[in-house]
Amino acid sequence: MNMLPANPKLPLLAVENLSVEFRSGRQWVPAVCNVNFSVEPGETLCIVGESGSGKSVSTLSVMGLLPERTARRSSGRIQFDGRALETLSDAEMTAIRGRDIGMIFQEPMTSLNPAMRIGTQLAEVVRRHAGASPRTARRQALEMLERVRIPDAASRLDAYPHELSGGMRQRVMIAMALMSRPKLLIADEPTTALDVTIQAQVLALIAELKREFGTSVILITHNLGVVAEMADRVAVFRAGEKVEEAPVVELFDRPQHPYTRALLAATPRLGGGSWREGRVLQTIDGAPSPSVMPAPADAGTALRASGLGKRFGQTTGWLGRLAKPIRAVDGVSLELPRGQTLAIVGESGCGKSTLARMLMLTIAPSEGDIEIDGQATASLRGEARRLVRRRIQMVFQDPFASLHPQMTAKQIVAEPLVNLGGDDSRTIDAKVARLFDLVGLSPAMLGRHPFEFSGGQRQRIAIARAIVLNPAVVVADEPVSALDVSVQAQILNLMASIQRELGLSYIFISHDLSVVEYIADTVAVMYLGRIVERAPRAALYRSPLHPYTTMLFQSVPSLDPNARRFGHRIAANELPSPSNIPTGCRFRTRCPFATELCAASDPALAAQDNGHEVACHYPGIATQDGQARMSELA
Amino acid sequence: MIGYLVRRIFAVIPVLLLVAVAVFSLLQLTPGDPAQLIAGDTATPEQIQAIREKLHLDQPPLVQAMAWGSALAHGDLGTSLLSGVPVTTLIAQRIEPTLMLALLTIILAVCVGVPLGTFAATRVGSLIDRLVMLLSVMAFSVPVFILAYGLVYFISLKLHWLPAQGYKPLSAGLGATLNSLMLPAVALCGVYMAQIARVTRAAVIEVLTEDFIRTARAKGLSRLYVLIVHALPNAAIPIVTIIGFGVGGLLGGVVVTETVFNIPGLGQLAASAILQRDYPIIQALTLLFAVVYVLVNLLVDLSYGLFDPRVRVWKAVNR
Ligand SMILES: Nc1ncnc2c1ncn2[C@@H]1O[C@H](COP(=O)(O)OP(=O)(O)O)[C@@H](O)[C@H]1O
Ligand code: SF4
Ligand SMILES: [Mg+2]
Repeated sequence: MNMLPANPKLPLLAVENLSVEFRSGRQWVPAVCNVNFSVEPGETLCIVGESGSGKSVSTLSVMGLLPERTARRSSGRIQFDGRALETLSDAEMTAIRGRDIGMIFQEPMTSLNPAMRIGTQLAEVVRRHAGASPRTARRQALEMLERVRIPDAASRLDAYPHELSGGMRQRVMIAMALMSRPKLLIADEPTTALDVTIQAQVLALIAELKREFGTSVILITHNLGVVAEMADRVAVFRAGEKVEEAPVVELFDRPQHPYTRALLAATPRLGGGSWREGRVLQTIDGAPSPSVMPAPADAGTALRASGLGKRFGQTTGWLGRLAKPIRAVDGVSLELPRGQTLAIVGESGCGKSTLARMLMLTIAPSEGDIEIDGQATASLRGEARRLVRRRIQMVFQDPFASLHPQMTAKQIVAEPLVNLGGDDSRTIDAKVARLFDLVGLSPAMLGRHPFEFSGGQRQRIAIARAIVLNPAVVVADEPVSALDVSVQAQILNLMASIQRELGLSYIFISHDLSVVEYIADTVAVMYLGRIVERAPRAALYRSPLHPYTTMLFQSVPSLDPNARRFGHRIAANELPSPSNIPTGCRFRTRCPFATELCAASDPALAAQDNGHEVACHYPGIATQDGQARMSELA
Repeated sequence: MIGYLVRRIFAVIPVLLLVAVAVFSLLQLTPGDPAQLIAGDTATPEQIQAIREKLHLDQPPLVQAMAWGSALAHGDLGTSLLSGVPVTTLIAQRIEPTLMLALLTIILAVCVGVPLGTFAATRVGSLIDRLVMLLSVMAFSVPVFILAYGLVYFISLKLHWLPAQGYKPLSAGLGATLNSLMLPAVALCGVYMAQIARVTRAAVIEVLTEDFIRTARAKGLSRLYVLIVHALPNAAIPIVTIIGFGVGGLLGGVVVTETVFNIPGLGQLAASAILQRDYPIIQALTLLFAVVYVLVNLLVDLSYGLFDPRVRVWKAVNR
């Protein structure tokens, strides 16, 4: 169905000597310098690199979609399908966009028009490029929605984007980009904003459609696991230049450039173990990693929660009729030994952040109690409550949003001390200086504002502020998921060495199992508000017992291009709404092993060997039996 | 969606009641003896007493309020103190010119302001953009009557293109009416046009930076199509809001314009009633203008749901 390019010997796309500059005041600053890359027909080229390395700018230049007045292509030739794109008029480029080159963007939440129905947005493409009638266009839109396996596609045609989940919206984006069967698909970080489980589904879908339509793909990512899963060839970008290009197997087996090697070393991989066992997560700047330290035994309990639950009332429809409340968290008990790290993993929407906010005492639980330093908190009021609250601090995912933009780094870190009012300013200055040293920031940065820092540095400031009052527990909600791999390694190492030094306890919330393996002592897996499995790290990673945990593991990209996992069909299969929790076992709607028993009775969290607990009628069934059946699902 | 509509409409009722109470209190809150005030300095005690009785000022406020309210409920707005003609009759006689003037003004302001602002938004910082902004600042800061007299001087007196004064009713033909209202409407619409252009420009600039605009361009849709079909509807909420404000504020501008151009409308009626302290007329017009204002804002509010499908859900959930 796809036409061959004009000259079969030529690549489909060849970018030569591309340089792009951005305007900064009166000057033009280079963002991309003399970059070359090409894509053969039917090939997948992965462009990998940290944020700001010029990946998006390069591909936007190919599309002719650089921001108009602030960016310019200062040199470069772009040969596509026998035509020199840089010489085309805007009208000619407009005809190529969407017809011969389709594009998918990172943010599925904002990349669709919120005021237009999905079906209309899809139909636009063929109406524009093929002159299709409204009816034909709508029919083709429906076919395409079915192709990307949106459940109940016909009724989704008339939905607005906000009515779909992130994963579904990204499927719609893919459908839209492929509506007119382009020769080249450019996907710019298409799964960065998605959960691992949904990422696996979306990547498998792209791979499948690519095979079926014979489309060439440029896949931009900063995740080496995604590269290993998807790429035929890889181009590594750094600071606006391409530092290395190689076939995927070669790149992983024999990386040539030091930067590529450093990137590979900084990426946590499943099965690598934890820092406590002496595992080293290299950082690109060569900063030392924490030295070996076994988890402290019998140091007491920093935090204990029993039977925690949180319901959110929800009103909808006519005159605020009361709908079913959302059970965001439901009967969660946990215990955090002093000096250790408890990780909580699960997909977004499973209640992790609500749990964190309850543990922080910022929202009141609907049921259950939290004990901090052996003191029950439910009945505490006023000053006593404030005192306890000080013992538990938080680090957020987005350091920029959580730091006051008008305050200097020093003011931000000192603020809790100043509010406390116990110390004079000399003492405070000394404490802040010590903390800056501890989190690896230079004293010269004390007077700077948040926007003058990089993402990693901002997270260091957030950590310094969290520990300034000497808390017992730090709750970190996805603290590294917004960071590049190299920076992520630095922050993980920093958190580990602070724990080592100060004996802090962490609650580490994450959806990334490879990160969790490096940092955690105990892991709790959450699903729809419940803990469905909990175990010491080593035990969980050796033999996960709950089918959901197995599914999470199988969604993690492999980091080994010879052992790909996402080659097969994966059904669209998402977390049910927490206002409509399945009866019996709550995972049964996604569980390939579900039986009548699972529908009839809700399994409780029950102890197995070695401190392993699981809430499943058939513990370990996924690992014993159906690897193959399980992978159907991902 | 229906529930949302109904709720919004019901929410307006207490506001309207409040407006009625405020209008009623207008006279009560006047310092001194209102009858004396209305009658003027030269009035005899008998005249003052007559006014007092006519307006029930000799009775306790609650009784007055009941009387006024029940009359209002029967559509009776009282009679003019000077002419003795029922206020409703006066209003009915004069509503057409005002309605036509307001309508024409708003249509002109929207039809020029929205495209101008949109156009400027696509060329931020260019000469044309700056020109549009400069014009809108000028239109905003020149008082209506100066613009009005300027227009009368050039267009009517020098060029003889359009009549300088008066109003031709609809019964004389739509063409004649438009002809007589063109100058006043142009003079009056400057401010609103400027406001609408500025708000449109800002809203469209903001929307054009959104990710979905880039998606639309990546689909191969032309600039103009993306601007009209994707950007404008998403910029509509602030634009509609400012148009609503404009309609509310228009009523003030109508008084000046009708006086300058000698148009026998509600504005003129209000101006003379104020000069003659004809309280029943003032009360009735205040009430009318306030009700119009509230209803326009209700319409604006309801239109949000039309432009942003998320509003329907949010409002429902957050109520
Ligand atoms: N709109 C813009 N204005 C100014 N600079 C920009 C803009 N977009 C990107 N840049 C700069 O271009 C460089 C490359 O950015 P980008 O291609 O987005 O990186 P990547 O996609 O690899 O994360 C960065 O230094 C970034 O700061
Ligand atoms: S209880 Fe049944 S449905 Fe639930 S996870 Fe176990 S096997 Fe699956
Ligand atoms: Mg990018």
